[in-house]
Amino acid sequence: MSDLHNRLVSAEADRPDLTEENVNKGEQLTQMQMIWRRFRRHRAAMVSLVLLLVIVAFAFVGPLVWPYDHTVSRDIAGNLSPSLQHPFGTTKQGNDVFAQTMRGAQQSLKVALVVSIVSTTIGSIWGAIAGYYRGRIDAIMMRIADVFLIIPLIVAVAAISGNVRGGTTWYAVALIICFFSWATIARVVRGVVLSLREQEFIEAARAAGAKVTRIIFRHLLPNAAGPIIVAATLLVALAVLTEASLSFIGFGIQPPDISLGKMVEGARTAAFTRPWLFYPPGVLIVLICLTINFIGDGLRDALDPRQTMVRR
Amino acid sequence: MTTTEHKSEGPVAADDEIVLDVQDLNVTFSSEDGPLQAVRGVSYQVRRGEALGIVGESGSGKSVTSMAIMGLLPRTAKVSGSARVLDQEVIGLNDAQISKVRGRRIAMIFQDPLTSLNPVYTIGYQIVEAILTHRKTTKQKARERAIELLDKVGIPNPERRVDQYPHELSGGMRQRVVIAIAMANDPDIIIADEPTTALDVTVQAQVLEALEAARKETGAALVLITHDLGVVAGHVDRVAVMYAGRLVETGTVEDVFYRPRMPYALGLLGSLPRMDEERGARLTPIKGTPPSLLNLPQGCPFAPRCPMVQDVCLSEAPVLTAPEDAEERHEDPLARHLAACHFSDQLAGARPQDLFQATELRGSGPEAVAEEEKDAEAGSGAEQEGDSASSEILLSATDLVKHFPIRSKGILRRKVGEVQAVSGIDLELREHETLALVGESGCGKSTTARLLLQLIKQTSGDVRYKGKPLHTLSEAQMRPLRRDLQLVFQDPFASLDPRMTVWDIIAEPMQIHGRGKEAKQRVGELLDLVGLNPEHGSRYPHEFSGGQRQRIGVARALALNPKVLILDEPVSALDVSIQAGVINLLEDLQDELGLSYLFVSHDLSVVKHIADRVAVMYLGKIVETGTTEQLFSAPAHPYTQALISAIPLPDPVKERTRERIVVTGDVPNPANPPSGCRFRTRCPKFAGELSETERLKCVEEPPVLLDRGTGHQDACHYSKAVELI
Amino acid sequence: MLVYTARRFAVAIPVLLAASVLVFLMVDLSGDPLSDLRMQQPPPSPETIAAAEARYYLDRSIPERYWLWMTGIGGNGDIGLLQGKFGPSVRGGPFDIGEQLASGISITIRLVSAAIVMALGLAIVSGVISAMRQYSKLDYTLTFIGFLALAMPTFWLGALIREGGLWFNKTTDTSFFYTIGANSARVSNMTGWEYFLDSAGHLVLPTVTLMLTSYAAWSRYQRTSMLEVLNSDYVRLARAKGVRNSVVVRRHALRTALIPLVTVATIGIVGILEGVVIIETIFQWRGLGYFFIEAVKAKDTFALMAWLMLSGTLVVLANLIADVLYGVLDPRIRYE
Repeated sequence: MSDLHNRLVSAEADRPDLTEENVNKGEQLTQMQMIWRRFRRHRAAMVSLVLLLVIVAFAFVGPLVWPYDHTVSRDIAGNLSPSLQHPFGTTKQGNDVFAQTMRGAQQSLKVALVVSIVSTTIGSIWGAIAGYYRGRIDAIMMRIADVFLIIPLIVAVAAISGNVRGGTTWYAVALIICFFSWATIARVVRGVVLSLREQEFIEAARAAGAKVTRIIFRHLLPNAAGPIIVAATLLVALAVLTEASLSFIGFGIQPPDISLGKMVEGARTAAFTRPWLFYPPGVLIVLICLTINFIGDGLRDALDPRQTMVRR
Repeated sequence: MTTTEHKSEGPVAADDEIVLDVQDLNVTFSSEDGPLQAVRGVSYQVRRGEALGIVGESGSGKSVTSMAIMGLLPRTAKVSGSARVLDQEVIGLNDAQISKVRGRRIAMIFQDPLTSLNPVYTIGYQIVEAILTHRKTTKQKARERAIELLDKVGIPNPERRVDQYPHELSGGMRQRVVIAIAMANDPDIIIADEPTTALDVTVQAQVLEALEAARKETGAALVLITHDLGVVAGHVDRVAVMYAGRLVETGTVEDVFYRPRMPYALGLLGSLPRMDEERGARLTPIKGTPPSLLNLPQGCPFAPRCPMVQDVCLSEAPVLTAPEDAEERHEDPLARHLAACHFSDQLAGARPQDLFQATELRGSGPEAVAEEEKDAEAGSGAEQEGDSASSEILLSATDLVKHFPIRSKGILRRKVGEVQAVSGIDLELREHETLALVGESGCGKSTTARLLLQLIKQTSGDVRYKGKPLHTLSEAQMRPLRRDLQLVFQDPFASLDPRMTVWDIIAEPMQIHGRGKEAKQRVGELLDLVGLNPEHGSRYPHEFSGGQRQRIGVARALALNPKVLILDEPVSALDVSIQAGVINLLEDLQDELGLSYLFVSHDLSVVKHIADRVAVMYLGKIVETGTTEQLFSAPAHPYTQALISAIPLPDPVKERTRERIVVTGDVPNPANPPSGCRFRTRCPKFAGELSETERLKCVEEPPVLLDRGTGHQDACHYSKAVELI
Repeated sequence: MLVYTARRFAVAIPVLLAASVLVFLMVDLSGDPLSDLRMQQPPPSPETIAAAEARYYLDRSIPERYWLWMTGIGGNGDIGLLQGKFGPSVRGGPFDIGEQLASGISITIRLVSAAIVMALGLAIVSGVISAMRQYSKLDYTLTFIGFLALAMPTFWLGALIREGGLWFNKTTDTSFFYTIGANSARVSNMTGWEYFLDSAGHLVLPTVTLMLTSYAAWSRYQRTSMLEVLNSDYVRLARAKGVRNSVVVRRHALRTALIPLVTVATIGIVGILEGVVIIETIFQWRGLGYFFIEAVKAKDTFALMAWLMLSGTLVVLANLIADVLYGVLDPRIRYE
């Protein structure tokens, strides 16, 4: 027994500091750095992010340096094929299609920005309140949200904006889209909050005496960030498509202003005859929506705290 | 047929045929951070009819081993080595080949009965499926056999149950269905992976009985995988201890439990609070946490936590060998006592206390001794306190009732019934005292805890803090009082906001109460107080292990200098070796800060260890209360007796020879509790001992808590104290 | 089960009522059906305008108009939803909103049902394949196709497909693809079989376009729910019983994983209705989509309201069916 004791003493002496339980190894990282690191590993999302930044630059910086704008100009001949001067050719009326594309992309991105901020904010708060209080408040709030979901988005926006004389501007279209789309976010957030509020850390905050606002804004919403972001990116992509579709069927943004949907409408029979008019606006819509969706996917993965390093 | 001596104690006689032979099994998962070695070089054999227990903490690879044998691991797992079932190699078989082995040769029972059965098929269909997969017989015959199997595992009314869906059965019933499925084709081996972990103790006892029945019926060998040393002690012949993917000790139950030769096994036994030991004996936790399987240390995996570590341990991995001076020589090669430790020879006769210091993480050297002395005093002091009513009553509840409405799903949400979660209970928590509230899930103990904190509002009754009524206060009026009454939660993963740093989590209560400025200094102090490095405040909860997280939860609860801590199952989610450290911490904090604890738990062993007084709850009522000493030495209510009997003791001889009071069935629906005594539907006394007229009283008259002298109260018309431990 | 269905039905009614208020206000407030009349040159006499206002009930207050629109009480006998009358069309007497709507439905329903069936079938197959071969090249490819389809503007793809069809017809000098309308111009002298073939032929290109978005969403959904089930304990237990893998996938995994898809797909009718508006424009169908666009262009408020109420009712009905189906398929709900 004494031998064992000696061993113990000697072991104690030359042992490294083990009094502290071994905390995860690896360098110290802030939350943002961790998210960024995980995001970078999502290849599609990274490519998308770069691509989207290029499109943003094209839409907002492009018009500042490009010599033509989207309107009809007497200096431009109609029906030109692509050239260095007019990379995407010109329309029959004499618009530079390259400039039109920039303008159209700008409209789409502006709609995307407004919807992503307004719809997400309203929907998140609405859903969080409904999910937190549950019971009757939840039932009433969600029934109200349901009503907004009953009418298909494009149809609702078309019915309103088409009815307005003289057409509508991009922000009017964006706001009408918000009006009919916040409820999708609310539904998602409510579902997440319903399960989150059962978690013990919410009860811990209540036991410490936290008020409802603190619980919702400090605890519930940050923890619902993953699903909110995914729902928001899907919605933003949908908003871009809605705006473009609306212009395509003749409502929404009106001439002399232009949008990508309007451009496709003008070139709808040109796919095989003058493809340079048909493809740029369509491909650009696809790219904007695709990149936003992929970025959302990457963010969801990066934000998920359960996303461990192990992938089985 | 030869049986060795120790095996004759097992319920099923074994013969010599080896039905499962595992040799050098390795399982590696690929992960983004490199290979994850879940199982490393595991070898063992099992004979027909024999029971082998595999013990280990979470992440030790005990489940992965059996999944590898069954071929149930995902395709990305790399499995090497050999596993022979009746001389047939099963590693590397294709789907068609392994399907013939599964269910017919080896059957498996999984941990969670609530998710193990397909919700869209009847249980009959699922048993019949198992039969028809391996046998050519008619559906009608298979159905008859299914009913027969249900009967054998102890399901009442099998003819009716066979057509029910899983969600219509309780957890214990569903686990019996899974056992019936395992029995369906008379397998040679049954692997049970934590079969009772998700169940309540009284139900656990019933399910273990069903498992024994299945063994007897089929004559199969049993591989029982569990983290619960008590379950192992009572149900197997041999034990294998796993740590970090390796077998570190094997032998007969008696050898491993009474004469452990590996520091880890010794540590596990020492960190276990035991019902059969006196309160006050200090637990001896193992320091640190199990290693990450990603970057395993080169030498012995236990070396970083081992108190007797030497240089050789860090460089050279020990192999399983017999200690030279093994006390008992077994003729049977399988029963030999092996340990994977370079110094197992020196562990002959060692006790956990000799090896692992019974101190808190902060204490070391001479302080530790001092603390131990202090603790001894505290222990004896507590016993005196038990019957002294002199200390002040801090928190009290009188005739507390909570009914949860059951509402319809429509927009109107009409009330269609109510769950009687708490039905009129009285409690008193005194200064510097630990009161334990004990019961199975659904008995209303957690609801009671939340009522005391006014996190939910009572239906009727009152709650007082220092004589001041709390139940009449509004949320805003309650807020300042929350400083004195704090809560520690069960789940260390769910109770900390994953998006906040540890610093923010601990500082939040201070910010809420307008003391944010103090936080700067105090958070560090608190972290130090609970045995964590104060510099780790900037980290996030997921960077900590379960035990450390629980310490963070304690630090948060202490932030406002509370008088009362309500601890809701604070250690039940932790592995044993970690649990002991948290229990010690709680005991130290109580001494240092003069706290009062309301300790909510289902685990009587922990309660026995930590509590001064105990209240046992059943279906919303307190059925027995008294000092810990009174309650464990002379339990009077049949339910308390059943609970104590159902807790397995981590001692093979005691566990096999002890007297048991067994209850049947499940806890009734609290929306519709039985009339009279709520326990009568499961009461062994009611069923076995009472006459017809005596029973009438149980049916008609709800028993009230009556003092049997010396403050020991029970609510049974025919209570009689018995000695069970 | 009956009680359950009845209860669901009871919940649907207030939602539909609320929707009617929203639809009414939305259409009523956003435009003036007489704006064309008022802008006429030379300006029409005040009497003419007053008469028109009276005819379209514009001389009444908004709550009155809503009440009238719903019940028809106090109207000229041409209005009242509950009586099955949709109100007067600004496009004059011969344009009966109810009749036009009915004929629109009979055409559009082919397109919608064909698209749903096709999208569902493809979504299930690719969702299951993706889940079974998780993280394989095939899975990544299918995932990418899904993302692409979700980002694809229907109108652009529709135009492309239509032009592609035309181009194919032109280069091969056939009329293999039909690109205009729901049927050929002359259907009167066709036999039943010929009529069917003609209709089916006209369906091909619009259906392919219409189903794409739904397919993308549903296949992602099916993949997720299939993965979840494949990793479930009961699938593991089924394997442990010795049931062959293919049988496990079919009997245990697919059967359970289909339940949530049923709900999603039923509710997905909203998305399909959106697509119909665009696709009918491109392929020049005279169905519900056409009806809608013409109504907006003509500022035909009552026609618009009728259309929106129809789509709202369809959606509510779809939700109801989804709930009931869920109850039928999942025993856990059934007995609640």
